[in-house]
Amino acid sequence: MFEIKNIDVHYGVIHALKNVSLTVEDGAIVTLIGANGAGKTTTLRTASGLKKPTSGEIWLDGRNITNTSAQERVKMGISHVPEGRRVFSAMTVLENLELGAYLRRDKDGIAKDLKMVYERFPILADRRKQLAGTLSGGEQQMLAIGRALMSRPKILFLDEPSMGLAPLLVQEIFNIIKDINQAGTTILLIEQNASMALQIAHYAYVMETGSIVLSGTGTDLMESEDIKKAYLGG
Amino acid sequence: MEQFLQQIVNGISLGSIYALIALGYTMVYGIIKLINFAHSDVYMLGAFVGYFCMTTLRLNFFLSLLASMAFCTVLGVVIEKVAYKPLRNSTRIAALITAIGVSLFLQYTTMAITGPDVRSYPAMSGFLAQSVSLGSIRITMQQIIILAVTIVLMVVLQFIVKKTRIGRAMRAVSLDQDAAELMGININATISFTFALGSALAGAAGILVGVYYNSINPLMGTLPGLKAFVAAVFGGIGLIPGAMIGGYFIGIVEVLVSGYGNSMYRDAVVFAILILILIIKPAGLLGKNVREKV
Ligand SMILES: Nc1ncnc2c1ncn2[C@@H]1O[C@H](COP(=O)(O)OP(=O)(O)OP(=O)(O)O)[C@@H](O)[C@H]1O
Ligand SMILES: [Mg+2]
Repeated sequence: MFEIKNIDVHYGVIHALKNVSLTVEDGAIVTLIGANGAGKTTTLRTASGLKKPTSGEIWLDGRNITNTSAQERVKMGISHVPEGRRVFSAMTVLENLELGAYLRRDKDGIAKDLKMVYERFPILADRRKQLAGTLSGGEQQMLAIGRALMSRPKILFLDEPSMGLAPLLVQEIFNIIKDINQAGTTILLIEQNASMALQIAHYAYVMETGSIVLSGTGTDLMESEDIKKAYLGG
Repeated sequence: MEQFLQQIVNGISLGSIYALIALGYTMVYGIIKLINFAHSDVYMLGAFVGYFCMTTLRLNFFLSLLASMAFCTVLGVVIEKVAYKPLRNSTRIAALITAIGVSLFLQYTTMAITGPDVRSYPAMSGFLAQSVSLGSIRITMQQIIILAVTIVLMVVLQFIVKKTRIGRAMRAVSLDQDAAELMGININATISFTFALGSALAGAAGILVGVYYNSINPLMGTLPGLKAFVAAVFGGIGLIPGAMIGGYFIGIVEVLVSGYGNSMYRDAVVFAILILILIIKPAGLLGKNVREKV
């Protein structure tokens, strides 16, 4: 189980997160939705150790990991697909995937997972020698997800994986997320595409200006009048 | 024609030195976007450590080379830890001013210890003092060694950067530090390693210069350091092959200007090249004219 407990995060004087708490049960897909600038990315960056909270705690499987580095959290099974993909543009697809397994030493296991990623994303196998920067947006997103899977995570953080993709591709990415979850990986998903996210999520949180304002199961929130008005365009 | 070839031979020797120094500038810039002005003084100290090894300790050239490189490796890592790491999240100008401060500190500490006088490297003896002649072109054993050492170091560097785990980490950090951290790469260790590598090359350059030009002094780093920096910018700052090409280009141009023109202009020409490249192709010969990442 992954838990964020009452965290506050500041950027200088900007108070970006105010007393934010959320829980991700093992095996679940949990989504965090909210408008631009609400603090979703900040939440994930704090969860994966890129940003330190000014107060509050972060727990993984009953252990307080607030003071651990991002590197240690990768070792513990956290993997984060950052906003905007952030693939290593001047490196090949294969090098990107290998970097995903940077902390692993089990050659056989890495080879197996590489095969698994290529099976999930055949386009990456075709492009393996190509520089990541030359891939299309959708392909880069697949590479970013594939790279994150190479660390064999227990829990995967995804920051707006559908951003900037054509509708058909958005559907595909959501199918992939469901697949990955069914294969046993817990998922914390940030989305602007609230209706899609709520459809696949077991549980959802809504964030507004740095605070969680609402939470519930995906179906509950889809039926909530406030959510319909604010995020589902009706 | 023969005079021209002789100049090229001399230019390659000088260019090797510039290339070795330029690599350190470019790698550090690539990874933390800092122009490490103290780098030229790491090179100067490499020359002094080599001098100390060859005179006081009476070590042979190759052992002295290794000692210089080892000393500079440690020095580079310490400089980063003490002076730059605390400023990692502050403005670039703060880091730049600190780098200038470290540079002056190293120069004047050395001067306090060794005195301001020029010192002469011991003359080479045995096969190191020989030279070969091809027609009327003379190639000294020192020149051959400079080139050979440089090539070996560049091959080793390329191997480390392209084929090893830490090399891959270096490239990842220089492309995208946050993403690298999310892969589980230890950013601090990777930056330290980059300083170590660059400083080791500067140490090698220092002792090679001592052997080649014979005289060293505590302020000797400044001008070659600036020229090596020009070389790095010429090739495309942050790009390892760029620093190699830039180093040889600047070295050869400088020697040709002294040989055919007027040696008074050789420094001016190098800086004119800097101005030209900044106007025509600011990203450098091998650089792409894009992205200053946020
Ligand atoms: N590096 C930073 N420095 C200063 N302020 C920041 C920084 N990053 C984010 N912020 C501020 O923190 C707040 C939350 O930003 P965050 O990126 O977490 O929002 P978000 O919900 O992910 O938005 P979006 O949907 O646009 O990605 C915003 O007001 C933003 O301006
Ligand atoms: Mg965001």
